[in-house]
Order: sequence, then C-alpha cells, then structure tokens
Amino acid sequence: MAQDVKITIIDREGVSHEVEAPTDMNMNIMELVRAYELAPEGTIGICGGMAMCASCQCYVLNDVALPEKSDDEEAMLSEAFNVKENSRLGCQLHITEDLEGLKLELAPE
Amino acid sequence: MLNTTDKYHITSVLNLRILQTIKIRSIIIQKMIQTDILIIGAGPTGLFTVFEAGLLKLKCHILDALPQPGGQLTELYPKKPIFDIPGFPEVLAGDLVDNLMEQIKQFQPGFTLGERAETIDKQEDGTFIVTSDKGTQIHANSVAIAGGLGSFEPRKPLLENLNFYEDKGIEYFIKDPEKFRNKRVVIAGGGDSALDWSIFLSNVASEVTLVHRRNEFRGALDSVEKVQELKDLGKIRLITPAEVVGLKGTEHLEGIVLDENGAQRTIETDYLIPLFGLTPKLGPIANWGLEIEKNAIKVDNSLDYQTNIPGIYAIGDVNTYPGKLKLILCGFHEATLMCQSVYQRMNPGKKYVLKYTTVSGIDGFDGTRKEAEKAVVKAIN
Repeated sequence: MAQDVKITIIDREGVSHEVEAPTDMNMNIMELVRAYELAPEGTIGICGGMAMCASCQCYVLNDVALPEKSDDEEAMLSEAFNVKENSRLGCQLHITEDLEGLKLELAPE
Repeated sequence: MLNTTDKYHITSVLNLRILQTIKIRSIIIQKMIQTDILIIGAGPTGLFTVFEAGLLKLKCHILDALPQPGGQLTELYPKKPIFDIPGFPEVLAGDLVDNLMEQIKQFQPGFTLGERAETIDKQEDGTFIVTSDKGTQIHANSVAIAGGLGSFEPRKPLLENLNFYEDKGIEYFIKDPEKFRNKRVVIAGGGDSALDWSIFLSNVASEVTLVHRRNEFRGALDSVEKVQELKDLGKIRLITPAEVVGLKGTEHLEGIVLDENGAQRTIETDYLIPLFGLTPKLGPIANWGLEIEKNAIKVDNSLDYQTNIPGIYAIGDVNTYPGKLKLILCGFHEATLMCQSVYQRMNPGKKYVLKYTTVSGIDGFDGTRKEAEKAVVKAIN
C-alpha cells in the first residue's frame, strides 16, 4: 500500500495544520486543502485545477525538491497577484512521496 | 370625530387608490419580461433546465452576467475536453455548450446577457420580480438559481486609488469599443482577452499599448502572431516585461506608472484596461435571504432542490446538500427534478406522468415537432 506523506499547510488565517496526504489518489495540493477544508469552498480551486485562476496560489516555505513549473503555471503566476519568488499553484503540485515534510502557506484570496 | 358618511368616503377613496395601485402595478408587471421560470446562470445546468421545462410546457428566461451563454465552460475552458458527460466519451466544453443551445432552441428561451441579478421581490401571489444591475425586470413564477460559483467579476489589480479611477479611465470590460475611438489605451494582461482586444482596438484607438509581466503570452497562436505583426507595423506598442504599479491624473486617468525590472517610468494614456481574468463571486444573491453554507445555497435534495424560500430553487454547482458533488451531470439531474416541482407549483393538483421523448417526441414552442420515425408495417409475401 502506498505511503501517506505529511504536509504542513498554513491557512489564510495563519493557523498551521499538519495533514496526512495520500500519494495513491492522483491528488494535488489544491485538492488536499479542499479535502481537509482548510479554505472555504469557492475560494480555492475555482477553475478545478487547470492552472487558470491562481486561487490555489501558495508559498513554499521549506527546501523540499519540487517539480519545475510548467508553461501554464508560469503563465498563470505571471498574471496573479501577491506573487513572490516562492509562489506555486497548489493544483500543479501532485502529491508524491517526494513531498514528505513539505511546508506551505496559502496566499491571500 | 368623523361621521359615517366621511368614513365611507375615506374608505372608498382608499379603495380607489388601492385599486389604482393594483392597476398600475399590473401594467408595470405586464411590461416586464414574463416567464414561468427565470434561470439565473447560463451554464450547462441552466441551459439544460430550458429543455426539461420545455417538455412540461414551461417557458424559461435566462439571465447571466457574462455576455455569452456557457458559463465557466465558455469563459474558462472552451477548448478543454470533458470526459464524464454520459454518452460522450470526450466532448470539448465549448462544443457541449453549442450542443445544449441546439437542444433547447425549439423551446425559445429568452436571454438577458451581460447583466447581473441584483434584487428579488416576492409578490403577494408567490411569484417573483428579479431586477438586474442594468434595471431589467423579469417577472417569473419560479426562480432557478443555476449560478455556478457565482457571477464572474473582473480580477482587479492591487493599485492605489484604483476605485477612484474606475469609470474615469479604468475599464474592466469593453462594452462599446467606440468609447476608445481616437483615444490612447493601455491594455494590461497576457491572456487571450488582452491579445484579442489589443488587436481589435488597434483599428479604433489612436494608440494601443500592451503591457505584460512576461515576454510570453498565453493565448491562441494566431492571436500571438497577429499581435507580433501589428507590433512590427507599429500599430501596437508592446512593453514587456513590465507591470502597471501606479495611476496618475486629477479628475480622469492621465497616465500610468510602469515598472520595468525595477526601473519606473510614466506613460500618458486616456484609458487603462486591466484584463487579468475573471473571478466568480456569489454577489448580491448572498443577500436574498437564502440559507448559505460553504459559499453555496442550501437546498432540499430529498425532494426538489428548493431553497428555504418556496419558489426559489438552486441547482448545479451553486447549491449544497449532504453528499453534494459539483459535476455537470449532477446539475442536469437536479434541473430535471426541479422542473417537475415547478410544474406542480404552477398547476396544483393537475395530473401529469413522466413521458419519454422517444415515445412522445418533442413539441417545440416554435411549432416544430421532433419524433421517432414510425415503424413501417408491411407484409412479406
């Protein structure tokens, strides 16, 4: 059976949550946030995960190796607001065993 | 003290006034758009409602904040394939909308597009008058809110004094391109809208400047190539990578401050059109007295998807109930059940049984009839 990984997510109120993330359900960070209800419905994953709305923007807080940004992700982040050097789109970060220990903060709405 | 005659007189005057008010009211109502079901939201669920209502001979009118039907499918991902529409192994979102429009056309729905539902007034007879932000009024027996995630509103850049310049040089939508004739226009953004409007306005405005944070644009290839061509011809000024960081002007917008890799400069302009996409907001519907939970409208899913206000239904992504799934196919199901409930509401006690289109065909409101071909009965000798 596939291992769950532990991911820490700081919600928009500044509260930190350490959650178990399944690696075998083809889930991404945006879906993880929704599954644990760490952001109100309708405020995250608006486009459904197509890198088209940036509502799942998050800041990566630690040094866990992440896949490179795709052109779509780069393009969306170039149009989003509150973008920082460590910004990523949660919907483009697929949960794999490599994400063990990842720490993120949700960007403002 | 009033004597009896005076009292009678006052009462009759009052009655007359009430009668006049009722008469005036009924004239006003008659002038409004009249329909059986007002559908708020022209996404797939809203469109399919027209079909199911049509089978029950109920007339529909659709109101949507976007200028075209299709909701998210048209606005966000017309070219993306959808794989979970029953019977369609794969269908492009835009094609699904086209098919739905074709499927409902014989039921002649009315459309009010580019207007947002603002207020709702319940009438004494249980019907509703919904007023849009442009003042359009629709009088309906029942209201079906099929608003998806809400009405799409422009994503606004984080700029100081932005509110002050709105309608004074800052425009988020281009409703009338003539407004920009012989004016200087700056368009900010890197998607299809930014590219398409730059191309279009290059023939209208005296000067078009396109500003984007990157050199790369995310848009249809032919649009990107067209902008390149117009840039080479000097018809579009392209400033990349750059970002609008400030606004200038006393009464009206006169200039914008650009940041190009840390260096700032001001360029003069009459208009700034920020095109950073749209974001859905539940909007004024949130103040209609409906029970809201998790940014969605609570409905009775065990019966008919009615809200806490009788006669107002919520279907598709906009509603919530235990076990809710935001899927187009669930929206279709909810729309179907809802229409049966509206039929009962409009025709209390009138008998009806579900009919199959295969057997009964479809009688359009436009006089057309679709039906299965009759089997040929012929003897074999």
